[in-house]
Amino acid sequence: MYGTTIRGTRYGFRDLKSLMAKATPLRSGDCLAGIAATSAAERVAAQMALADLPLSVFLNESLVPYEEDEVTRLILDSHDRQAFAPIASLTVGEFRDWLLSEAADANSLAALTFGLTPEMAAAVSKICRNQDLILIAAKRRVVTRFRNTLGLRGRLSSRIQPNHPTDDARGVLASAIDGLLLGNGDAVIGVNPASDSPEQCYELLRLLDELRETLNIPTQTCVLAHVTTTLQLMKRQAPVDLVFQSIGGTQAANSSFGIDLALLRESREAALALKRGTIGDNVMYFETGQGSALSANAHWNCDQQTLEARAYGVARMFEPLLINTVVGFIGPEYLFDGKQITRAALEDHFCGKLLGLPMGCDVCYTNHAEADQNDMDDLLTLLAVAGVNYVMGVPGADDVMLNYQSTSYHDVLAVRRMLNLAPAPEFAQWFADVGLTDARGELQSQALPASFSPLLERA
Amino acid sequence: MADRRPALFDMILKLRSATPARIFLPRAGAGLTTRATLDFQLAHAEARDAVEERLDVDTLFDELTARGLTAVCVRSAARDRRSFLLRPDLGRRLDDESRERLKSFAGVYDLAFVIAEGLSARAIARHALPILERTLSSLDRTSWKIAPIVLAEQGRVALGDDIGETLGARLVAVLIGERPGLSSPDSLGVYLTFAPRVGRTDAERNCLSNIRPQGLAYDEATRKLLYLCNEARRRGLTGVELKDEAETLAPEGPHAIDVKNEP
Repeated sequence: MYGTTIRGTRYGFRDLKSLMAKATPLRSGDCLAGIAATSAAERVAAQMALADLPLSVFLNESLVPYEEDEVTRLILDSHDRQAFAPIASLTVGEFRDWLLSEAADANSLAALTFGLTPEMAAAVSKICRNQDLILIAAKRRVVTRFRNTLGLRGRLSSRIQPNHPTDDARGVLASAIDGLLLGNGDAVIGVNPASDSPEQCYELLRLLDELRETLNIPTQTCVLAHVTTTLQLMKRQAPVDLVFQSIGGTQAANSSFGIDLALLRESREAALALKRGTIGDNVMYFETGQGSALSANAHWNCDQQTLEARAYGVARMFEPLLINTVVGFIGPEYLFDGKQITRAALEDHFCGKLLGLPMGCDVCYTNHAEADQNDMDDLLTLLAVAGVNYVMGVPGADDVMLNYQSTSYHDVLAVRRMLNLAPAPEFAQWFADVGLTDARGELQSQALPASFSPLLERA
Repeated sequence: MADRRPALFDMILKLRSATPARIFLPRAGAGLTTRATLDFQLAHAEARDAVEERLDVDTLFDELTARGLTAVCVRSAARDRRSFLLRPDLGRRLDDESRERLKSFAGVYDLAFVIAEGLSARAIARHALPILERTLSSLDRTSWKIAPIVLAEQGRVALGDDIGETLGARLVAVLIGERPGLSSPDSLGVYLTFAPRVGRTDAERNCLSNIRPQGLAYDEATRKLLYLCNEARRRGLTGVELKDEAETLAPEGPHAIDVKNEP
């Protein structure tokens, strides 16, 4: 039993997960689950009670039972007591103050990484304002490598997402070339296949690999098929750079995705064995999003943001090159409008970075959410200020296969220009070498490098 | 070095026909040109309007009865658009009054059709009757006993379970407006469920997605639906096990959309 008294009114909270849920800034998914605070005052009361809890509570009381959930076991068994020591005596509220202080810098935050559990990161995020989430996250950079270096300060990378409703090779190629000409694609050129058929995925992998090889681009490619499909394709010597998988924050959520931790381990080992990375061996690519556990009825009455942080607890054990929350994809019953989507994205980025992940974000919404491109402009700018590793580049921001809106190739250009951010260094060099940028690094208008012509002639 | 070659640009323009994606948009600095920006805004406005529009139940009812079909109108437990969007559980069950009304039509049926606006009333307005008519005219009516056509307001896919169970149907086909995409505000989906009852999961259904002239055309959609109806009855199931064989018959719509566009 947890609680607090405010001006004579007693607020009680049944258990730790109820306290966490009620302390969460308002969002429709927690209301749908029936676990949200029932008044604005109760929410703040929960935040006050949470702020007074020692961080060590999260090592003693698990939100999802240890015996019944391998994600809980992973989190608690991998907790690093030594790394935790500097903050072991702090309450959640004192931890927030420490994170904002000068004592928390790039080095001390990096050292803290495995001393923090996802639940601790989630707890402190709940009592942070958006500004805090940005300010703190901006201190922490997480750098990963495969064929280029992602996540350095002063850089903003993007995924080219050249999806096509029927996986048409020329259509995918056309979208990818458009993105490359606009300086996108340093994070990955990654297609969501319309069909999970292994043959179709194999063809897409070959297509993307040939594109990369022909143009000699220092980047990586990915077909975002189910991990079992990718495993099968790796056994057939398909050109797999990265293993993709959607993951969640409970064993049951992962089970609804058709995966478990052992399968992720197996696929990572298979990808490492291919030795395709030239300057690093971060070979995994994960996607997550608040609400996925609830939608699979796998949420144990925990709030969706805490479960999202627990998905990061899974992800970090596999040293991914890329991980992004697909924040607004799930729909208004989980995140109702632009305000809720923005808040969730900033929380996700913050928690992911504190937990040592190379966080990206699919800044996005569906047409039945109360959101529009202006909300995405705002969120994209906020995340870039917070130091997000990468965002999506979708042609015209309109994904014609998955039917939702994300950020465009042009949006990436705009934010890089506004905030003076550059692509990954190897990619920026390639971009200049092929003649797509001028001496000042500015995009050449209408420039089309000769090296593109063989590709186009074949298309 | 950079090299301006108009011939290559011609080739790029040709590539544009290979995808409905918004590629090679004109640039104004780091932004889009005015026209491209407003084109996007228009597409989003149409998608938003599609979500907000209500199904004209009376007109559709009249059109069905004019064709000699029995129709019955019901509502889900979601009272308005906001609760429909925020409470998927309410959109999946009948309100009490509708359930009572439907009970008077209960019987033994081989197949029930439910027409629900879902997230796009305009998908229903444009494509529901063409699909229904083609399907009914191809079914052997001596061996298929068809339930009254149910018109459902504020309904989600699983409302068909409640309706099918109440009617006493062995198979239910829910024609529903899918979540509008920016380039597809009027996409119709058909979800087929054998032995419908409250609590069925999506893994127990088969889905045809993106039915509209620019997507899955009427005749092809009808052909697939008939195949699925016949196989569902013959094998006594719908869902994942049926799906595999349906896919070998002909490639189906994107699997991701089946799940992610569930209205």
